[in-house]
Amino acid sequence: MDKTWNNKAWFMVLPVLVLVAFSAVIPLMTVVNYSVQDTFGNNEFFWAGTEWFKETLTSDRFHQALWRNLMFSAIILAIEIPLGIAIALTMPKKGIGVPVCLVLMALPLLIPWNVVGTIWQVFGRVDIGLLGRSVTALGIDYNYTQDPIDAWVTVILMDVWHWTSLVVLLCYAGLVSIPDAYYQAARIDGASKWSVFRHIQLPKMQRVLLIAVLLRFMDSFMIYTEPFVVTGGGPGNSTTFLSIDLVKMAVGQFDLGPAAAMSIIYFLIILLLSWVFYTVMTQAGEERR
Amino acid sequence: MARIDLDHIAHAYRPNPTKPSDFALKEVHHTWDDGGAYALLGPSGCGKTTLLNVISGLLVPSKGRILFGGTDVTRMPTEARNIAQVFQFPVIYDTMTVYDNLAFPLRNRHVPEARVDAAVRETAEMIGLTDKLTQRARGLTADQKQKISLGRGLVRQDVNAILFDEPLTVIDPHMKWQLRSQLKLLHKRFGFTMIYVTHDQTEALTFADKVVVMYDGEVVQIGTPGELFERPRHTFVGYFIGSPGMNVLPAEVAGREARVGGHAVPLPRAYRRPAGKVELGVRPEFVRLVDGREGVPIVVTGIEDVGRYRIVRAQLGDLELNAVVKEGVAIPSAPRAVFEPAGVNIYADSHIVEPEA
Repeated sequence: MDKTWNNKAWFMVLPVLVLVAFSAVIPLMTVVNYSVQDTFGNNEFFWAGTEWFKETLTSDRFHQALWRNLMFSAIILAIEIPLGIAIALTMPKKGIGVPVCLVLMALPLLIPWNVVGTIWQVFGRVDIGLLGRSVTALGIDYNYTQDPIDAWVTVILMDVWHWTSLVVLLCYAGLVSIPDAYYQAARIDGASKWSVFRHIQLPKMQRVLLIAVLLRFMDSFMIYTEPFVVTGGGPGNSTTFLSIDLVKMAVGQFDLGPAAAMSIIYFLIILLLSWVFYTVMTQAGEERR
Repeated sequence: MARIDLDHIAHAYRPNPTKPSDFALKEVHHTWDDGGAYALLGPSGCGKTTLLNVISGLLVPSKGRILFGGTDVTRMPTEARNIAQVFQFPVIYDTMTVYDNLAFPLRNRHVPEARVDAAVRETAEMIGLTDKLTQRARGLTADQKQKISLGRGLVRQDVNAILFDEPLTVIDPHMKWQLRSQLKLLHKRFGFTMIYVTHDQTEALTFADKVVVMYDGEVVQIGTPGELFERPRHTFVGYFIGSPGMNVLPAEVAGREARVGGHAVPLPRAYRRPAGKVELGVRPEFVRLVDGREGVPIVVTGIEDVGRYRIVRAQLGDLELNAVVKEGVAIPSAPRAVFEPAGVNIYADSHIVEPEA
C-alpha cells in the first residue's frame, strides 16, 4: 500500500504548538534571556555570560536551599508513601463506607494551598492554636516561629496532612482493581496477610505507586505556598526551600539575572530527578518480567 | 481425596429467605464420590458458582451441611478445607518464578524444602512446564498461566478436591482441547475428585463422568452424558444439551397415545393422564423423515448442512420441529415425521413423567 505524504497535516498540530509556545517556551526563553544579562534598572541590560550560573552553582545559599529541599522531599516521601499504602489497605472495599472514606480522603486535596498554610499557621500557634496549646500543655517545648526543628515538624506534618490523601486514593484505585479471585486463590494457597501484600497487592500497585512517587516528589520539590504562609522561610533560613529563595531573590531583591539562572538550574534538577525516579522504578518493574 | 456429601444444602444471598424464589441455590442433597469427575453445567446465573463457593468454603450455605469424607466442614474456612481451585482468569503471583509459584502453597504450610523441591518438579512434569521453571510467571501465555494455577492445586497431593470455575474461558480454542484432555489424563492417573463449572456443554460432556445440570438455582439432573442425552429429566436439560436441542411440543397424553398439533403420536408405554402443562420431548436425532402414510405431516422450512449430518427445520402445524438426517440419507419431497418410540419422553410442568409400570 502506498503511503500518502501530505504536509498539510502539520497545520493540524499548529494550534497546540502555538499554545505551548505562548504558555511555556516563550516565557522560558525570557528567563534564559535574563540569565545571561545584568541590569541596574532603567531597562538597561548588559551581557553577563555564564557568570550568574557560576555564581549560583557555587553559592552556599543555593546549596543550603537545595539540601533543605532534598531533605524535605525525602522525608515526606518516606512518610506519605508507606502511610498512604497503609491507609488504602484499611479502607473498605464495598458498602457505604466507600463513599464516606473517599470524600473524607478527598477533602484536604480540595483546600487551596494558601488556606492550608493559614490553617496550620493558626493551628500551630502557641497562644491560640489547638495544636500549639495542646502540645505546650503537655509540657513539650514547642514554638515553630522560634525553633527550626519545630518549624520543620510543623511543615512536614502539614504536607503529610495535605497530600497523603493523594497517595491513598491512587493506591486505593490500584487495590480495588485486583480481582477477588486473587484473594481467594491466596487463601486456598494458605498465604499469610504479609504474603498477600508482598506478592499480590504490592506488585499490582506498582504502577500507581510510580505515579504517586513522581507527583509527590515534583510537588514537594517545588513547594512554596504552604511553608511560606506558615513560617515565611524561617526561623532564620531554616525552612527556606528553593522556590522561597527564588522568589526572595527575584521579587524581594530584584536580582533578575541570578534568579533566572537559578530557575533554570532548578528546572533542570527537577527534570533530572524525575527522569531518574521514572527510570529506576520502571526498570524495577521490567526486571520482574 | 474425599467423598463429598451435600446434606440438604441451600443458599440465599438475602437474609431470612421464605419463598423458593429467594434462594439462589435451591435444596441439593447428593453425594459425590471420591475420585469422581463432576461437571456443573448451566447457563449464567443458574447457581452453579454459588454451589462451587459453598463447596470451596467461600460461602456458608443458609441451610444444610457439607461433609468432606464424613467430616462436617460447613463452617470451616477455605484454607482449612484442603481444596484447590482454578479460577476463570489465571491467578499467578506475577513477581515470582514458575518454580516459586508452584512452591508457594507448600512453603506457606511450612513443608521442608527438600519435599517442596520434589513435589514442585513432579508437578511441573505433570503440567508440562519443566523447562519454564526458572522463568518469571508474568511473561507466560494465558494457557501456561492457567496451568500454573492448576499446578498450585496439584502440588499439594493430599487435596480433598480440585474445583474449576470455568477455567478455559480465556484459553484459545485449539489449546482448550489440549488442556481438557490433559486434565482428563491427570484425573485418570491420580484420581483427584474434580468439580468443573462450565456453561459449555461440550466441555462438560467431554470432561465429566457425571454432569450436574443446573437451572434457575435448582439441580435438575445428575447423570452420565448418555443419560442426559437419552432421558433428560427436565425439558431444560433437553434443549440445553444437544445441538440442536430437544424438540419440546405441547401435547395431550392419554394411555399409549399423545396428540401433538392435532395428530396422534404413538407412545412406547402407557401414561396416566399427567397434571399441569404437558409436553412431549423428542430429540432431533430420534425424528425420522419418511415418505408415506406413517407419522405426522410436516413442512420443511430450511436445511442446514453441518458436515456429517443435516439439520432439517420444519413446521408441524404451527409448532417448530427439528430433525437430524444423516449424511447420505435422502430427504423426501413431502416428508412426514416419525418419532422413534425409544426417544420419546413426556413432561408435566417441565419435569419428566414416568410411564405406568
